[in-house]
Amino acid sequence: MLQVVDLTCSRGDRALFEKLSFSVQPGELLYVQGANGSGKTTLLRTLCGLSQPADGEVRWQGTPIGQLADDYRSQLCYIGHANGIQGDLSAAENLRFGTCVGGADSHADIAAALERVGLTKAARLPAKFLSQGQKRRLALARLLVVTKPLWILDEPLTALDVHFGAIMNERLTAHVAAGGLVVITSHQELAVTGPISKIRLDS
Amino acid sequence: MSQNLLGTARCIFQRDLILAARKPADVATPLAFFVIVSSLFPLGVGPEPDVLSRLAPGVLWVAALLATMLSLGRLFAGDHADGTLEQMTLSPHPLTPLVFAKVAAHWVTSGLLLVVLSPLLAMQLNLPAHAMGTLAVTLLLGTPVLSLLGSVGAALTLGVRGGGVLLSLLVLPLYTPVLIFGAGAVTASASGLDTKAYFSLLGAFLLLALGFAPWATAAALRISLD
Repeated sequence: MLQVVDLTCSRGDRALFEKLSFSVQPGELLYVQGANGSGKTTLLRTLCGLSQPADGEVRWQGTPIGQLADDYRSQLCYIGHANGIQGDLSAAENLRFGTCVGGADSHADIAAALERVGLTKAARLPAKFLSQGQKRRLALARLLVVTKPLWILDEPLTALDVHFGAIMNERLTAHVAAGGLVVITSHQELAVTGPISKIRLDS
Repeated sequence: MSQNLLGTARCIFQRDLILAARKPADVATPLAFFVIVSSLFPLGVGPEPDVLSRLAPGVLWVAALLATMLSLGRLFAGDHADGTLEQMTLSPHPLTPLVFAKVAAHWVTSGLLLVVLSPLLAMQLNLPAHAMGTLAVTLLLGTPVLSLLGSVGAALTLGVRGGGVLLSLLVLPLYTPVLIFGAGAVTASASGLDTKAYFSLLGAFLLLALGFAPWATAAALRISLD
């Protein structure tokens, strides 16, 4: 269970949100909403432990994530605005590196994951020749090979076409149904069936 | 079975070498700088063999040091821009050994190549033949220290505007002992003196940097990404 207690985050002198508390149970998706600049990305980065909150804490299974350190990170898959893709490596090399750093199975089926996101033909192409949407799909392919219970996704649907947007929604539904946790921001409508809780940051 | 720490570190090391091979200009720039600076000296101070051989240790060491500093910018900048660094800090493995793998790859594509080039340039500067070995050994011991210390500076100045200047200000004071003892050893060897003490000191610097720098770099990276 992911638990947030009295979390306050600020950027510069400006407080983005104050005394925010919520929890995400296994099998639940938390949909973080809010206008541009309301602190969605900051919240997600704080949940990952990339940014430090001004006050309050984030707990995983009841323990603050700062204490858990690597044990928490082994439960977590974060896909942020930056895709983590190096243009001079091929799509397959990028995905293999991503899963390797994510600590996933060394025999993970890269080819199958690339096929699922429709990049089989582009697998050997340097990633710099991929379109925005294809790069996004390549980043999201990590979710297929790295099996972690907690997904923290920052705008995963941007640049995706209708077809792959639907596939992503299916993946989210399946992950939640299998007892996974998802924290997600999106300006596109989510079509996930299952328990969804929502939180608005700009209220 | 999940990927172990050693496997992940090897993965990072190999990736950085592949990237260096695919972007040869990044690797070649500091090397070209090293060659150009050392080649300009005979033109500038005149072709007097005695003067050149007296200047050689200092010139070669200073050029190698500046060339390493020139290559520090690319150590983390690319990974920071494309989000790979975020993924590395969120890896279930401790960041320190992963950082060490990156620095090792950086040294192989900068310091090690400087060591390979150095005898050629030493000949150009009329360094006595018996001091060539000392030059290679001091560079072999010293350039990893430069890469390791430099990585701390590169991590601290990540994403800072005008970071290059700040980086040199941060790193240069830490580089001076390496320069003094590295060039000192070559000078001593050229005049036929014993160099054991210099080697021991450079070795001690290397051990100290190996133990301390990756850890400091990892901490600095976490701060820079906040």
